[in-house]
Amino acid sequence: MDSEKQTLSKKDPEKEKRKNKNEKKLTVGTWVVILIAWYLITKFEIFSPTLLPSPSRVLTTFFRLLEDGYNGVSILSHLRASFRRLFLALALANATAVPLGLLSGYFSKIEAIIDSVVEFYRPLPPLAYYTLLILWFGIDDKSKIILLFLAAFAPIYLACVSAVSKINENYILSAKSLGANQKNVFFKIVLPACLPEIFTGIRTAFGVSYTTLVSAEMIAATSGIGWMVFDASNFLKSDVIFVGIIIMGITGVLIDAGLRFLERKIVYWKGHV
Amino acid sequence: MENEVKKEVLIEINNLKLIYGSEGDSILALENINLEIRRGEFLCVLGPSGCGKSTLLKTIAGYIKPTGGSCLMQGKPITGPDWHRGVVFQSSTLYPWMSVKDNVEFGPRMRDIPADEVKKISKFFLEQVKLTGFGDKATFELSGGMKQRVALARVLANYPQVILMDEPFGALDALTRNNMQKLIRDIWKENNSTIFFITHDVDEALSLATRIVVMSKRPGRILKEFNVGFTHRLYKDNSIEVMYNEEYFNVKNEILGLINSQIEE
Ligand SMILES: Nc1ncnc2c1ncn2[C@@H]1O[C@H](COP(=O)(O)OP(=O)(O)OP(=O)(O)O)[C@@H](O)[C@H]1O
Ligand SMILES: [Mg+2]
Repeated sequence: MDSEKQTLSKKDPEKEKRKNKNEKKLTVGTWVVILIAWYLITKFEIFSPTLLPSPSRVLTTFFRLLEDGYNGVSILSHLRASFRRLFLALALANATAVPLGLLSGYFSKIEAIIDSVVEFYRPLPPLAYYTLLILWFGIDDKSKIILLFLAAFAPIYLACVSAVSKINENYILSAKSLGANQKNVFFKIVLPACLPEIFTGIRTAFGVSYTTLVSAEMIAATSGIGWMVFDASNFLKSDVIFVGIIIMGITGVLIDAGLRFLERKIVYWKGHV
Repeated sequence: MENEVKKEVLIEINNLKLIYGSEGDSILALENINLEIRRGEFLCVLGPSGCGKSTLLKTIAGYIKPTGGSCLMQGKPITGPDWHRGVVFQSSTLYPWMSVKDNVEFGPRMRDIPADEVKKISKFFLEQVKLTGFGDKATFELSGGMKQRVALARVLANYPQVILMDEPFGALDALTRNNMQKLIRDIWKENNSTIFFITHDVDEALSLATRIVVMSKRPGRILKEFNVGFTHRLYKDNSIEVMYNEEYFNVKNEILGLINSQIEE
């Protein structure tokens, strides 16, 4: 039986690494090309500089904004305002969508109550009901957080329902035959078995609520990174618009990378269920 | 055989009938099953595919309720799964979010056994399935045979009255399977376990069982029972291969004949 020790399953790490390397080169190359094209277009002034600022001007604007802020408010506090809304809403969505989703997957009666409501509002563009939320909850943070919460709730909820329906039935039967009671089956088996899909749901929810956040700030706000871009567009400050968009893009990518890192740490068994 | 002392009956099945589904489209899976499982037996179940072997196991495990008749454990009706009847499935149901050791310790932990006792139990049974030193591994790092050994250790850790196994070695290669057969035989002897074992491999049944039950095609009924003892000899000789003698071939041919008669009709 010792021969089995060698058959411990393994991927081919060498091959994986080489493939990753080539693809990284392509990614970096793409961005280099984009930057060069941008530089050349502005160098020969194909478009007016008020519409398309040069990379160097965007860079100096970035440092100026870092130092002086926008309209006297530092860029960090704009970011903080945005992410406070985002993370409060995501935390709220997690705290409610995960238990409700798991329960819906578990008990068809609870699903019958919640599911149709979620299915109804999910395809609506969040901004469509944002106006209502503003009327009900006022124009400041409360309505925004509720808006983002609604946007984030659906993907997490649906991921949980689907995860429960996909659980290997024999996992649960085994647990019962090993002496687990209903509560232990839920917390030790159902919940961890669903975690990989819940994580995917959270990442989707982050994406949806992030885009919603920026649009909402453009419609009604006096702070936040989305508002900064919107305000700059009123004064044709295209360099500020560029800085804002690039900051949004980079923070979005960074946060998603952070979520993926957590995912690898917490649900390292993903793909082996 | 005749003067062997009758052992305690652990499982008693009387006139068991099982129907899947509701009135419109229902499937009669089992009919008129009468079976006793006695302490210390190694009972193997053979039968054509789809005849209801797994259904019988699930009824004993308590996963499904009899449509008619009764299924008793030590005189009391089986109403649901519990840890006195451990189950090993064909494909391992080890939990990938737990290490090998945590999987083995799951049962005792669920039963609130003191922590130091739990440690001893998992150490003992990991050793018994020859996986000492693998406790901290992730389950998905193991080969198929190793996974089934962990699944077995996990069930053994509860000291169940009966171990129910549904084609546990069906997905393993021939060599690993032979090793596993020896392992389960040794464990059965050492621990004096009672095992209900489904297989579609007649040689496997003959090399393990003290009694073989052959089932008819669906609806599953018990066609015939055979008392066999090849497993005792294999254990005594500490051997893997059965000595194929005339007695062996006679029983094997009779069983094959029975099963084939069910498939051809
Ligand atoms: N949940 C179910 N609902 C309806 N019919 C079922 C269900 N489970 C099994 N059956 C049917 O009951 C019959 C017996 O199934 P069972 O799985 O017990 O057979 P088996 O002897 O274990 O077969 P195999 O050797 O292929 O494992 C089959 O015809 C199967 O299609
Ligand atoms: Mg089966």
